[in-house]
Amino acid sequence: MAQDSGTRTLISQAQLRRGRGRAIYWTLLAVVIIGFTLVFLGPLYWMVTGALKSGQEIAQTPPSLFPQDPQWRNYADAWNNLDLAKLLFNTFYYAAGAVLFQLVLDTAAAYSLSKLRPMFGNAILGLMLATLMIPAMVLIVPQYVTVIDLPILHLSLLDSPFAIWLPLVANAFNIFLLKRFFDSIPEDLMAAALMDGATPLRTLWSIILPMSRPILGVVSIFAVTAVWKDFLWPKLVMPSPETRTVSVGIYAFAGGTPMNVVIAASVIAAIPTVILFMLFQRNIMSGLTTGGLKG
Amino acid sequence: MAITSAPGTVGTAARPAPPSPAGPRRTSLGRKLRDNLTGHAFLIGAVLCFAVFAWYPMVRGVIMSFQRTRRGETTWVGWDNYVRILDDPSFWTAWKNTFHFTILALVLGYAVPFFVAILLNELRHAKGYLRILVYLPVMLPPASALYLFKFYAYDPSDAGLFNAILKALHLPTSQWMQSPEMTMPAMVIASTWMNMGGAVLIYLAALQNIPGELYEAAELDGAGIWRRIRHVTIPQTRLILALLALLQIVATMQLFIEPLILANGAGAEDSATSVAYLIYQHGFFQNDLNGAAALGVIMLVVLAGFSAGYLRLTAKQD
Repeated sequence: MAQDSGTRTLISQAQLRRGRGRAIYWTLLAVVIIGFTLVFLGPLYWMVTGALKSGQEIAQTPPSLFPQDPQWRNYADAWNNLDLAKLLFNTFYYAAGAVLFQLVLDTAAAYSLSKLRPMFGNAILGLMLATLMIPAMVLIVPQYVTVIDLPILHLSLLDSPFAIWLPLVANAFNIFLLKRFFDSIPEDLMAAALMDGATPLRTLWSIILPMSRPILGVVSIFAVTAVWKDFLWPKLVMPSPETRTVSVGIYAFAGGTPMNVVIAASVIAAIPTVILFMLFQRNIMSGLTTGGLKG
Repeated sequence: MAITSAPGTVGTAARPAPPSPAGPRRTSLGRKLRDNLTGHAFLIGAVLCFAVFAWYPMVRGVIMSFQRTRRGETTWVGWDNYVRILDDPSFWTAWKNTFHFTILALVLGYAVPFFVAILLNELRHAKGYLRILVYLPVMLPPASALYLFKFYAYDPSDAGLFNAILKALHLPTSQWMQSPEMTMPAMVIASTWMNMGGAVLIYLAALQNIPGELYEAAELDGAGIWRRIRHVTIPQTRLILALLALLQIVATMQLFIEPLILANGAGAEDSATSVAYLIYQHGFFQNDLNGAAALGVIMLVVLAGFSAGYLRLTAKQD
């Protein structure tokens, strides 16, 4: 990348340009490119082609590099038997809702904590950040009990998308990320808007949000991947086959389904997030880099 | 820059009049109250979600761990749940396994991403491609990635990917998930492969913030590459290294889906049972939500003790 070429790192440019340094550099680069491709792309190749192999071909030694007789039926079977269309739709639906709820509620909270600074704001932020240190497993049982019988309201959220959407709003990492970004927006802009009589909501909408597109993108992508990757929580709160997510659906079928079909289903389940990543990898990378996680 | 185009801007003429000198204190108090109300109004949605789905469950978890619910009747049973949990031999196996995983994950899942990031930061070419490669597995649903490992990589026959590679290199093959000794390393390998992308990118960002002059100076002082890493790279990324170490340990406490999918839960000779898996077992299979809550509280206490010790350790260094 252009911005990196000027800065010096561990090894200086001069050292790399010299005869021996240059040879080492190019060898290392070749080794890294080939090694990383094998390690990170290799298994995916194995997965996509493995799902095309017949049961016998999979069990054969040594394993074949290309499927000899591609069994496209495995993919068709996975699609039909697991009702992947329904599972994928559910997962999309949960992911979209999660993005919406997190964007609206977490952005508002981070804006308040960063710019409006109400009383007890720091205490509230502290209580939120404290949850970062608590593994989800610690809370899984009382959270589940809460979701099946909400306090005061006595509603059960079982099989309701809100059981996925609302707990995800309680995401201290997002609020921290957004707050750090809002903190970096100059106070002068806020003061100027205030002078012009803009309400806090208007300032958020017309000044802060347009400047925060990159971080909002990052939060959205994290929200989608969180839903796509989560397993135990949707398994617990979406017990009906009709409301399952794709990961849970594959797990539920894995027991009695041929291995090739399970793998074919896994490939299909991976496609949407991989495409999403390919489209937004620039934002994801820059979000992780500029997102205030600099210690 | 955005302010000039903001629709709320009407120009300098629209500025509100300064507060009247008659009651500056009352105005500021009223205004403070109003500002606070607005501030809290913006907070309320997220705070309610935290309250219902994070803070309240924490308190409730502790209360539940001292109760027993039978046929809809809840009674206070004191430490009974804890005694029962501690008496169960699988409790100790699960902790042993979880610590084993934590240690291996610190060696592999923590050190490897750091060195990968250093390596990537040094390369001047194919940077974008390599970053995408490292992050790609993070985007797979964990179930997908784990079935890939379970069926293809860890196939105990010679048809498995890992065994085929070992055989081609004339190394002894392994039973992987069928052998109690290999269960943990196999789970750590899969988990590291799946998760390291995020850590690599965060390290890369930290590495890019190191001023080049520091390396320059170290080089002039005659420091070789290893000493430059030790005396410049590591101290300069200390904070982020410390933070990720802590998060990594919290994350390893969650070890659940790896045993569930790779080892069908307990694994060979209970070599895969984790504390998280035990919580799941108690809570959702043995219908023992109170025992599961007690396990959760124990996990929390262990982590809190660990974090406290860790903070003291890092505070001393500063």
